[in-house]
Amino acid sequence: MAAAPKIDPMLPQQYSVREVVKETADTFTLTLESSNGTAADRFHPGQFSMLWVFGVGELPISISGDPAQHHRLVYTVRSVGQATYALVSCEVGDGIGVRGPFGTGWPVEQAHGRDVLVVAGGIGLAPLRPVIYEVLHNREKYGRLVILYGARSPRDLLYRKELTAWARQPDTQVLVSVDYGGLSWRGHVGVVTTLLKFARLQPPRSVAMVCGPEIMMRFVARDLETHGLARENIYLSMERNMKCAVGFCGHCQYGPHFICKDGPIFSYDRLRPLLEEYEL
Amino acid sequence: METLERIIAEHPFFAGFESHFPNLLTGCASNARFDEDTYIFKEGEEANDFYLIRAGRVAVEIFAPQRKPIMVATLGEGEILGWSWLLPPYHRKFHARAIEPVRAIALDGKCLRTKCEQNHDLGYEMLKRFALILEQRLEATRFQLLDVYAVR
Repeated sequence: MAAAPKIDPMLPQQYSVREVVKETADTFTLTLESSNGTAADRFHPGQFSMLWVFGVGELPISISGDPAQHHRLVYTVRSVGQATYALVSCEVGDGIGVRGPFGTGWPVEQAHGRDVLVVAGGIGLAPLRPVIYEVLHNREKYGRLVILYGARSPRDLLYRKELTAWARQPDTQVLVSVDYGGLSWRGHVGVVTTLLKFARLQPPRSVAMVCGPEIMMRFVARDLETHGLARENIYLSMERNMKCAVGFCGHCQYGPHFICKDGPIFSYDRLRPLLEEYEL
Repeated sequence: METLERIIAEHPFFAGFESHFPNLLTGCASNARFDEDTYIFKEGEEANDFYLIRAGRVAVEIFAPQRKPIMVATLGEGEILGWSWLLPPYHRKFHARAIEPVRAIALDGKCLRTKCEQNHDLGYEMLKRFALILEQRLEATRFQLLDVYAVR
């Protein structure tokens, strides 16, 4: 039987918006389905797509949905500029061009048999949500799941209902912190690294997956090392100005790496020398 | 029954402490409980003690005139509340409010200062542990000041 023709990675496929969920004041989750009924390519947790908002532009967005439901593509987007504003303003039925999935994923297979530590800051929980789904769907393959999530304030927390539901799962610990808590907030106040001391895990048998602003990841990775995690077991998701998404254009070059093709997920031992370089 | 000495010895703050030190501290220790929404101490008060939190959560707040108090951090099980007892002029710098029912061990600062002066090994050990906490809290505060999740 002849192999199915490979789709040109530069050619956007037509998708339609099926659902829009408001997560916070400026962050929305969009669910897309193929307009012609074809199934989307299976994606690996941590991969991203290039989303084309017609007449506005194209932007890289991590997939935040369940890898087991690959017929739908789910993206959580924070409105911070013209293109992201256009994206979160989409309504059900609107068309969007999708390229991808692209990039390397989180090391979910290498984490089999180990404790999984997810550390997310702000919108960084979105690219990590597929890891959480993957672990919870395959609970027997993993040790403890510890989720540490930091946000700016209580009103900036994503996926609130899911955080509560995940905390009820066996062998799962969810700790949430905000940098600025109002007087009515009864949870933890402090940067996400202050949660580490409450995490119930065994550092030598843990794999950490970290996503958030780059400076936050630097602080977290350094503290994880102090807590006994080996550099090669700490993974970070990097972000740069991605355009082609296949390593041609060089816009996302980061030292010797192209973030779009070699990343966005890298182990800390590979990244550490670059994280401390100015203007990279 | 849990003795104060054992509770102190098992608190994370004293992990790796020489075995005879907890016994020295026990004479300065007492059990403490605080109901939800009560102030454990307030800014400007004399800092005569510090707390090993055993359960519950405490908010560290800054009082600002004509504003609601600003919660800058929370502390929970296994953490230390209060270090102003260690350094002159021994006055509280912040408010501390129980935001959950809190169980703690209170350690009398004056009593401890005397013991640390008498036994410099104990004093050095205490200083090292408090220095580590101060360093961690200073770093966390710097990180917090960066406001990393704000839109740039």
